[in-house]
Order: sequence, then C-alpha cells, then structure tokens
Amino acid sequence: MTTETRTIPVWQGQVHMRVLSKGRGPAIVFFHGPWGLAWDPFLDELARSFTVYAPEHPGTSSGRPDDIYSLDGVWDLVLCYDELLERLGLSRASFVGHSFGGMVACEVAAASPGRVTRLVLIDALGLWRDDARIPNWMLLHQGELAGYVFHDADGEAGRRMFEPPDDPEARIMARVGLQWAMGATGKFLWPIPDKGLKRRIHRVRAPTLLVWGKEDRIVPPLYAEEFARRLGGARIEIVSQAGHAPHLEQPEAVARLVGDFLTE
Amino acid sequence: MKISAFHLMPHRELPADFEQRYESVWVTPPWWELADARRVGQYYNWTLDELLHAARSGFDGLCTNEHHQNAYGFMPSPNLMGSALAKLTQGMPVAIVQMGSTLPTSNPPIRVAEEYAMLDCISGGRLVAGLPLGSPMDVNLCYGITPMEQRERYREAFALTLRAWQAREVFPWNGRYYQLANVNLWPRPIQEPHPPVWVPGSGSVSTFDFAVAQDVCYCFLSYSGARPAKTLMDGYWEVVSSQGRDLNPYRAGFLQLVAVSETDARAEEEYARHVEYFYHKCLHVPGPWFSPPGNQDYRSLLAMARNPVRRLENPKDLRYRDFAERGYVIAGSPATVRQRLEEEVVKGLRVGNLMLLVQIGSMPHELTLKNITLLAREVLPHLRGIWDDVGWVNHWWPRGLRGVASAPMARATAP
Repeated sequence: MTTETRTIPVWQGQVHMRVLSKGRGPAIVFFHGPWGLAWDPFLDELARSFTVYAPEHPGTSSGRPDDIYSLDGVWDLVLCYDELLERLGLSRASFVGHSFGGMVACEVAAASPGRVTRLVLIDALGLWRDDARIPNWMLLHQGELAGYVFHDADGEAGRRMFEPPDDPEARIMARVGLQWAMGATGKFLWPIPDKGLKRRIHRVRAPTLLVWGKEDRIVPPLYAEEFARRLGGARIEIVSQAGHAPHLEQPEAVARLVGDFLTE
Repeated sequence: MKISAFHLMPHRELPADFEQRYESVWVTPPWWELADARRVGQYYNWTLDELLHAARSGFDGLCTNEHHQNAYGFMPSPNLMGSALAKLTQGMPVAIVQMGSTLPTSNPPIRVAEEYAMLDCISGGRLVAGLPLGSPMDVNLCYGITPMEQRERYREAFALTLRAWQAREVFPWNGRYYQLANVNLWPRPIQEPHPPVWVPGSGSVSTFDFAVAQDVCYCFLSYSGARPAKTLMDGYWEVVSSQGRDLNPYRAGFLQLVAVSETDARAEEEYARHVEYFYHKCLHVPGPWFSPPGNQDYRSLLAMARNPVRRLENPKDLRYRDFAERGYVIAGSPATVRQRLEEEVVKGLRVGNLMLLVQIGSMPHELTLKNITLLAREVLPHLRGIWDDVGWVNHWWPRGLRGVASAPMARATAP
C-alpha cells in the first residue's frame, strides 16, 4: 500500500495543507511534533487497521514556508485544522498527537469536542509546571537534539530523524527544514509552551490515552499525570526504553497500545 | 565625517575563569555571584563620565544602547543614560546617539517615540534616533518575544513611530500587533520632520533592504573589524545603488573597537588583557542563541546555509596580537590607528558615521579616559574632513550640528 499525498488549500487560500494518508479502516488524524513530519514505521503499523491522515503543520510543507505568517495564534491554528477536517470530509475521527502535535490535537478536541471519537496524546506539550520546567529544545545545537528527543540518541529512530544526509544539497535542505519546522511550531509555543490549554482542556469529551516515554527529557512523565488530572479518566501508559518519541523508538509496542485503545 | 564614542557599559571585573564556569554572559549569568549593586553604580557613573569626557574632548556624538540580563553591556534603558548626557552636554555641539531603544521589546512601542521626543527636547534637537531590531538574546530569550514575530513587530512599530512623531491629527493605529485608538504624542521632537534615524544591524540582508527602502542610515555593529565586513558592506552599497539611492557615505555607520597609546608596543602593554577579556568573556554566548528558529526568515536561512558568512575563527582561540593584526581592534600609536581607520574602515567600507568603542571589556576608568583623549587629540582631527571635501551632506545627523567644526580645546574648558 502506498502513501497518498494531497494538498488542500484552507484559510482563504493562504495556507496550503499537505496531507499524507495511508491505510483502510476508521479514520485517525496524526498531528506531528516540532521537527516536522516523516512517514514512519509507527504510522505504517497503524495504517494496517486504520486510515491514517497525517497533515503537515502550516509552514513546514516543502515550497510553502511563508504560509505560517498567515496564522497569528492558537485560535487561528485550531480553526485552520477545523477547515482542513471539513475539507477532508472527516466529521468525526480519532486524533493521535505527538509533542507539539499533542497540544494541537488537544486544542482542536477542546474547540470541537464532537469531532473527536478517541484521543491519544504521546508525550504532549501544552501544560507547564514550574517544578518540572520543559527545556527549550529550540536553543540547542542541532547536534544535541537527538540526545534530548531519544532515549537512545544513536539508535535507528534518532538517526532517521536527525542524521544529516550525505548529499550536500540535501544536507542544507534538511538543516534549514529542521530549523524552520522548529520556528513554525515554536510560533505557538515560545517562550513557555503553555498557551492556555489548561483553561480549555475541560471541554474535551473523548476518552483519552496518554502514552509517555519513561525517559522523556523534554516533557517528563510527570506531565502525563498532569494531563490525566485535567482529563478525567484518561489512562496512562508509560513506555520504557523510550524518550520523548516512544512511537518512534518502540513503534510496534506503541502502535499496539494505540490500536487496542482505539478499538476498545 | 562624524565620529561618535560608543559605550556598552560592561561588567569590568568578571572572574578570570568566567567563561569556564558559566554557561553564558547573556541571559543566565547569576547576578548574586557576579555583581554588586554599589559597584555597578560606580560602573554607570564611570560610563557617564567617560562619555562626557568624549564630548568635551571633541567627539561628535555619544552612543548608548539597550541590552538585558547580561554582563556584556547592561543598559536596559539607554534613554536613562541619554537623558543624563543630554543635560550634561547642554550647549555643546554633540549629538545624543541612542543606538538605541528596542522597538519590539517596548510595549506599546510609542513609548520609544515619546522618550526620544523627550530627549530631543531636552538636548535642544541633538538626538539621533537609533531604532534597532534588538538581539535575539534580548528580544526572544529575555523579553519573550516569539522569534518569528520579531521582524513583523519591528516593522509595524517602526512605521508607527515615524507616524506618531509627524502626525498633525490624533490617529488610531489598528495594527496586527499593536492597537491604539488615540495616538497623540506629547511631546513631539524639535527636529522636523523627525530626528535622523539610524538602523543598526549585524549583516542581515533583510535589514539592508529595509534601511535602504526607508532611506535611513544603516549601521553595521561589528566586533570583527572591517575585513570580514567588506563583503557585507559591498552588498549594502549594491542594494543602495540598485534601489536608485545616491552613494552618500553617510548612509553607512560602522562600529570599530579602538585602543590608542603613545606607541604600538605601549598599546599592547596597556590594552592586551582588556581586549582579550572582551572577546573571551563579554562575547561568551552559546551559538544557537544568536539565531533561534524563526528569527531569520526562510529565505535568509537558506541563503546563509548555502553561503555561510565564513566564521574565520573562534575568538576564544585568539590573543591580543591576532585581534590587533586582523583588525578586530584597531590598536597602537596614533599614527597606526589613524591610518588603519582611514584605509580599512572609513574608505574601505565607505563609512560616514563612524562609531568607536572607546571602552573595551575590563578597561579601567583612567585608561579609558586616556584612550578617549588620545583619539580626540591625535586621531579625530585627521579623519574628520574625509567626506566633506567631496561635498556629501550628512542628512542623517541633527541639522543644527551638521556644519559645526570640532573645537576640542574650546570644549575642554566648557562646564
């Protein structure tokens, strides 16, 4: 089965959203993290039993970097996704969001509770505790990122996300793309990744699963409890041998957890 | 040409192992371990005295600037310093050059327009209005402005500032970032239509374009001297001509570190450790902090990745002789300094508004006064006529001071 790509103009044509999709079955919308979208083994696993739609965050799609200047804040971003889901014909779907994408999924779920059947947040950003400060990954050397995002910085998942390609032009595009993806997502997170979700999260009605890497150095597992406290009845699954991206370090295990939860 | 004395107001007594012990000179240096308020009060007073000495000795302008949470140069409000200087130089033909208040960190930004108007009134129309974008450390890291919004906020605030100074009617400003229903500045500046505007930058192409489009003076604030600045400034002059502007050298400002003594050898003896202190400690900042994601637009990022402004060397590996030889600092006897300033900086880069960093790093008060005295007496008189003989007019200097010739000796006895 191949991955389909389509580009959908929203926001009066100012934002062109590129959406990758694959699979057959009930719909899942996957919201990616601050380092851009790459189709990965976790999404492949999900695509065996679901139709996975993975939109690229505005500004991170190739050839459309300036789209991001058309969105001023979380409210614009949420409405942008609302338009996208409308255009995709997804009146209801399950949402899976990782990191920054977890925050976005949760915001969309809070804005339109009826759109979401089930919600999965993987090491989600969006809340803040002074006693567990989230380090600003945007101020690290690119070479340090893998060590923060992954439990095993030299593992396959880390290399896939951050290892510079050999080809010089590809290397430049990868470095610039990574920097820009952090900028375009950081626009909704700077300087502290708490943009008011705590005031809106009570509106989420969908049953929620919180999947967290045991060794997350960016958003420590304490935040899973913080989300659970605010989302009555949410279940927490801690994944060992994983950092901030457990779905990339333990794709089969996390896909199984997610798949089981979505079909419960 | 016009030559101004620039001061950062640094911490002058950081510990010898500062750069090994601490993460950064900016944003996170611990005040309680490193500084003492009474001693810092002394630094501020030295700074004012040194700039006042520069005014009395014959410098054309006095430059202060805004930075936050650091030991590199901590005038969070340059206008407090500018205000004292405006009063202390009453009646002298010296410009108060604010380099300046940072628009994106002032909310609402008409605060800057108001304070500059005050300074222009207090100084009798001697203000040069520097309108910097602000460094990422100050704007993004200390003051929390989202990197991707910094330039948009700056441009909006810039337009608002110029309109606020000039508008004859009360006007509403319904901007993307700022909303004000009744803009009506009190006071307005003396200089009409508004004080001369300088836009400082550190080589970003989009700042060039902006400065040329706005017809203001672009000031390159460099710490690595004229040689690496050559390509950038050539690029600036290309933009100037491609946009149909004249090649008036007063469209360009440049900041140069200078250290003068009786002889080259004496200069090394007196200044070497202070120059090394500046480059090794005062610029000790983690690299990524200079460009947080989103601070540069996509095109600039790509251009920079394809043609990196070659980082010639890591300043921490260099010593005084390297800095002097490569022109990071122009140091030596008056003859050496005159010649290098003229060839490398003024003519090499085509600069009409020269700024000299007269106090460098740990330089103590007495030595700073000496540096200023020697510059004013032995160097400035030889440079001052450079562009005037060709007839260029400095449109970016307070009108009342444009034609004033320096008379340092007369000023030395002024109150």
